[in-house]
Amino acid sequence: MWRFVIGRLLQAIPVIFIVITATFFLVRAAPGGPFDAEKAVIPEVKAALERQYRLDLPIHEQYFAYLADLSQGDLGPSFKYPGRTINELIESGLPATAELGAYALLIAVIIGSLAGIAAALRPNTLQDYIPMSMAMIGICMPTFLLGPILVLIFGIHLDWLPVSGWGDIPGDKLMPSITLGAAYAAYVARLSRAGMLEVLSQDYIRTARAKGLPEWQVVLKHGLRGGMLPVVAFLGPAFAGLLAGSFVVETIFQIPGLGRFYVQAAFNRDYTMILGTTVFLSTLIVLFNLLSDIVAAWLNPRLRAQLSE
Amino acid sequence: MAHTDINAEKGTSLWEDAWRRLKKNRLALFGLGVLGLFVASALLTPWIAPYAYDAQNLDLGATPPSAQHWLGTDIFGRDLLTQIMYGGRISLAVGFVATAVALVIGVTWGAVAGYVGGRVDAVMMRIVDILYALPFMIFIVLLMVVFGRNLLLLFLAIGAVEWLTMARIMRGQVQALRKQEFVEAAISLGLSPMTIIRRHLVPNALGPIIVYTTLTIPSVMLLEAFLSFLGLGIQPPKTSWGLLISYGAETMEEYPWLLIFPGLALTTTLFALNFLGDGLRDALDVRRSAD
Repeated sequence: MWRFVIGRLLQAIPVIFIVITATFFLVRAAPGGPFDAEKAVIPEVKAALERQYRLDLPIHEQYFAYLADLSQGDLGPSFKYPGRTINELIESGLPATAELGAYALLIAVIIGSLAGIAAALRPNTLQDYIPMSMAMIGICMPTFLLGPILVLIFGIHLDWLPVSGWGDIPGDKLMPSITLGAAYAAYVARLSRAGMLEVLSQDYIRTARAKGLPEWQVVLKHGLRGGMLPVVAFLGPAFAGLLAGSFVVETIFQIPGLGRFYVQAAFNRDYTMILGTTVFLSTLIVLFNLLSDIVAAWLNPRLRAQLSE
Repeated sequence: MAHTDINAEKGTSLWEDAWRRLKKNRLALFGLGVLGLFVASALLTPWIAPYAYDAQNLDLGATPPSAQHWLGTDIFGRDLLTQIMYGGRISLAVGFVATAVALVIGVTWGAVAGYVGGRVDAVMMRIVDILYALPFMIFIVLLMVVFGRNLLLLFLAIGAVEWLTMARIMRGQVQALRKQEFVEAAISLGLSPMTIIRRHLVPNALGPIIVYTTLTIPSVMLLEAFLSFLGLGIQPPKTSWGLLISYGAETMEEYPWLLIFPGLALTTTLFALNFLGDGLRDALDVRRSAD
């Protein structure tokens, strides 16, 4: 097991390194410098600014200086918010995004796996068709459509829930979390249904039933572990999607999170902000993938043996 | 799972057999029909659209659906049905072209890796593994920011992300086929590897490729709509369903139809493609392949 974990960690390092390098040079390759927009900047001021942001150095020196800062966890200053660092901006945006993501993931896993297990227990009956058709709707209904529609129905017409904000009015966290979690609940439902169906036809399940275990014990103790494997493996990639989806949800519901910073930085061409957030989010995604691989391997001894060869 | 031995049946080809099974699947047929309709309307839009694409009527403004404007008009008095038809051309084009890019790269990459095997295969699949771990969604946003919002680049960027799974599926197929007698026969006849891949391996792996292609198109269309919604995809004066949804969301309190109809167009297409993909998977009897 440890060999597997260490092996995977060693794989993650080059990936993170590639991400940092690719992002750095992509952003530097962008046409137009960050201070070109400000009209009639006095040459001396421009030079001073460029020195401050190290733009006067040759590109490879900029790159190594950036790596050196990064190794100390310093993501550098922002171009557009003078006097503020990327670290501060991320720190101010991260709590809302993390909370939103956690709720969405919780909704996805709980509702999704319950629906999937229920469907797998009685395949090809109403108990299967109803949750699975809802899952299909969830998959075909993108976040940026579901969000406005929920706002229209529950926020404006019925006036049950606040239409924007985060932590200002009670209940304002509900709609964003559901919006973000819905599609993932749908995927989890489909995956857990398929996983459970496969596991429930195995011999050891028949054995468990034959020795007279009550059905709920068969399902929960013996079925769940194997049946949830595809879900666990999906959570890593899902996390990346959740972050991207959170850009949209934060924009719709005006949540002061990282996603909104990212989108704003994209429009303002705040290059250091884009660079910093990309590096930060990518690293997070790679680490989350790693974590979900490790949990999947821990749940599945066969996979573990295969991978540590 | 109904698994009929195709070879044992009297003279029905794989395709006839698959079509026979697909015909029994109503949802898949519905998907095929809807898709056919939308594609036909996209191709014929300039001739069948009720109004000209740039026709405005500022005095009219936004009106709900009526006899003159079946789906209503937007705040500039433009006919929404016309907008949706022109937007559909772009959304569908992105879906098909970007998927085609992914198809060509993925199939070639996977076939070569699977056929050549050995160290080449190890290196090629290692590259796929590394790319898999990269957070592409963020990268596409970055690309769009850095290089401007260019339609061609959008095709390439999305296609470049989606080929990875295709490569894995193709490699698995080729590895299984490679050991079969007809491939050995082709090798001993002295055919070149490229000919063997093109004439013998790709046609035999078509089933899973078709199924996965059908399922890639909706995810590509979603990606385009996502970018357009954020303002990073299709730019005016061009339009797409994602862009129309984004405008509709801004004014949905006063003019809900501007959100609902473009949303319906996108969702229906995604439904149709997913139903068709699931149906094809059953009809061609493709089980979970890839790794």
